[in-house]
Amino acid sequence: MSRPVRFTAAIAAAVIALPILAACGTDDGADGSTTPTAGPSGDAVVVYSGRSESLVGPLFAEFTAQTGIEVQARYGDTAELAAQLIEEGDRTPASVFFAQDAGALGAIAAAGLFAPLPESVATTVPVNYRATDGTWTGITGRARVIAYDAEQVSADQVPTSVFELTDPTWKGQVGIAPTNASFQSFVTAMRVAQGDEITRAWLEGLVANDVQEFEKNGLILDAVDTGQVQLGLINHYYWYEKAEEVGADAMRAQIAFTAPGDPGTLVNVAGVGIMATAANQPNAAAFIEWLLTPRTQEWFVANTFEYPLLPEVAAVDGIPPLDTLRGPDAPLAELADLPGTLLMLEEVGLL
Amino acid sequence: MSILETSPLTGEAGSQRVRERRQAPVLLLILGSVTAAVALVPLVYLIVRVWGAGIDRIIDVLWRARTAETIGTSIALVVVVTGLCLVIGIPTAWLVSRTNIPLRKTWVVLLALPLAVPSYVAAYAWIAQFPWFSGFWAAVTVLVLVSTPYIVLPTAAAFRSADPALEEVARSLGRSPLRAFLGATMPQAWPAAAAGALLVALYTLSDFGAVALFRVDAFTRVIYASYRGSFDRVGAAVLALLLVALAALLVLAERRTRGARRRWRSASGTQRQAVVVPLTGPLRVLSICWLTALTILALGVPIGSLINLMTRARAVNIDVNTLLTAALTSGWVSFMGAILAVLLALPVGIIAARYRSRSVHTIETLSYTGHALPGVVVGLSLVFFTLSVVPVAYQTVFTLAFAYAVLFLPKSIGATRSSTATVSPILEQTARTLGRGPLTAWAATTARLSAPGIAAGGLLVLLTAMKELPATLMLRPTGWDTLATEMWSRTEIAAYGEAAPYAIALIAIAALPAWLLSRAMTATEPVAMSANR
Repeated sequence: MSRPVRFTAAIAAAVIALPILAACGTDDGADGSTTPTAGPSGDAVVVYSGRSESLVGPLFAEFTAQTGIEVQARYGDTAELAAQLIEEGDRTPASVFFAQDAGALGAIAAAGLFAPLPESVATTVPVNYRATDGTWTGITGRARVIAYDAEQVSADQVPTSVFELTDPTWKGQVGIAPTNASFQSFVTAMRVAQGDEITRAWLEGLVANDVQEFEKNGLILDAVDTGQVQLGLINHYYWYEKAEEVGADAMRAQIAFTAPGDPGTLVNVAGVGIMATAANQPNAAAFIEWLLTPRTQEWFVANTFEYPLLPEVAAVDGIPPLDTLRGPDAPLAELADLPGTLLMLEEVGLL
Repeated sequence: MSILETSPLTGEAGSQRVRERRQAPVLLLILGSVTAAVALVPLVYLIVRVWGAGIDRIIDVLWRARTAETIGTSIALVVVVTGLCLVIGIPTAWLVSRTNIPLRKTWVVLLALPLAVPSYVAAYAWIAQFPWFSGFWAAVTVLVLVSTPYIVLPTAAAFRSADPALEEVARSLGRSPLRAFLGATMPQAWPAAAAGALLVALYTLSDFGAVALFRVDAFTRVIYASYRGSFDRVGAAVLALLLVALAALLVLAERRTRGARRRWRSASGTQRQAVVVPLTGPLRVLSICWLTALTILALGVPIGSLINLMTRARAVNIDVNTLLTAALTSGWVSFMGAILAVLLALPVGIIAARYRSRSVHTIETLSYTGHALPGVVVGLSLVFFTLSVVPVAYQTVFTLAFAYAVLFLPKSIGATRSSTATVSPILEQTARTLGRGPLTAWAATTARLSAPGIAAGGLLVLLTAMKELPATLMLRPTGWDTLATEMWSRTEIAAYGEAAPYAIALIAIAALPAWLLSRAMTATEPVAMSANR
């Protein structure tokens, strides 16, 4: 008789325990501004971060150490966080959105969820790297590059324009990540700069040339590094990250920038905007100001290998300076027509 | 002499009595409806999203050539993966439940362990070792390897508890051993295998990790692309609704194969335990090779590849504190989800096992919807639901546990249903006639006998919840990290070496529930052949 009694008791205990646990959970996050460990503090900056914790977590901690302002970061995939912010609407607990891609920032701005940035930060970075209406600003830059397998391709054989990639020489040897936001932004920029016809013809040329599709930039780089494909279109810092992990000497893959003016050298940004619900939060503004200080920008260069967007801060050793990378003539704020790009990618069979 | 309805020896008179009561008790129906309502949250969300879009937009999405192609790919994937899992899983289950294979218990644990390997980790591990490994068949391979346990565990348990008398009768009537097995024992195990197959099919339909990494254009990848690319909630919602429709078809198909047969022993006397088939000579060696090969492919390759990645990285800082905190969080939240899932599944599982009316069918089918949807859809639907109904619960542990329960409810329902179905209702009815109330009668009879199965379902939910990523990212309390999110955070920046310890920890910790699960599923010891003859 003891077993059923014990079983029933266990179920009963669970039934009783659940609401209690639920109540604890509710206390933790009732106003969206407390952590499981800290007490309530209405002034904390809640950051929805599309940048990963291992990258920016230490940075946020440093901000708290310097200013005493608490940061509560919620990490996620940039696009999924954007979808979540749109779903949350004016009920969002977030005060700042830190995205990996200008497209996601543009989508939040288009949904009317960003407050105008305070003047102190709205125009700090060059005009190409921020919203024209002052709703978001880039923090760091990320250039598109061609990764090549140095064992199969010498540095002077690497194409200086993405238009060469449709050449039969590279048949089956080019890796791209068509579902990746960076690639899609690059295609959008190409459409803005060169027009739809040329872009479509180029994409069709890639498909006809048996382009290899990958899910992520990192996987393209791995494929180039193992000689599986000879060339790949990626963001520049992936190379530095991998070199950091396995050692630069162990890298078979190298990177090259396309010629100035070529759409292959689009510089996208990781950037931030303040949510409309946090419009009057001085700490959110302070956070963004801090991200755009020279010291923080230097930290990004040293740790994420991205381009600083403050002109006075130098980029990683050995890569061309940002102002020489004249990419396509397309300000990031004009890269809003992502749906058009997706449709085109779908029509040529890349999505 | 025992009699089961599935046997050709069934006495008709015996079966009439228990089937008379076709309508389930109202209380159970109400509780079941609550579960169905909970499981319907994602579906309601999708309908709300699609509703506002206008018919043109919907037709536009549906008519794209790509949509048809995607459906084709997804169906092919589901059929091939489920088929292969059955073909591999049933003989494997038989090996570890009905033969004298050495180290039987160890094999069962090893066969359960792949449940602890998330599909995205397995896929990444394969790609890291074999860069050329890609496409449809690569995705099939990895999905089969990670989901075969869904078939092996319940089928092994069913083989174990199957009444050996039937097979003996069939043999005594002149059937060959194989035909006797197929005719008498297999039908008793089939509901368990079919329930497992349904889980495999739904898992394949909703998996994102493997199809994305192997570049297979299945539904989930297109839905994600549509969210990622343009934050297009309408297009994604239309496709997700199609996915739900496919899932409903799968549930109906499984129900058809399950049929209206009764599975419990209805004769007097105690059921003997199954006899052991002795494997000798080459057959024994071959069987061991088979199990070894399965273990190497499903566990050895992923773990080996992770260790390889870890040693290849120049510097891996394992922060023990972070690792332990994440492990505790993972275990605790998943445990809450599992408890919630078991509680929600109980009424549905019981009425699905005992009654066959339209309302019961509807409740059961609806309760399965969450399982077919990609995590991002369920995540967004719960963002929407929580904020509009109980905003205070938003991004709390409770919502996350609730999400796990919605997502993995079918695992628990399947386990509750199949374990309840094998218990004769006559026991409970007898308890009632002896004056027990409905609940105490259930607790004293059916609950006791089905408890191991129900608990196993809970463990399965626990295991799966520990691996869940997209909904966890959206719904966890801000600042909380689980092993899955920690791992993801590192793979995002290509620090695969640093992610490896988390992946290994996840597998190691999930090994405990996997071990318990394998024990619960094969609790009874087989009786040596000699003892029976």
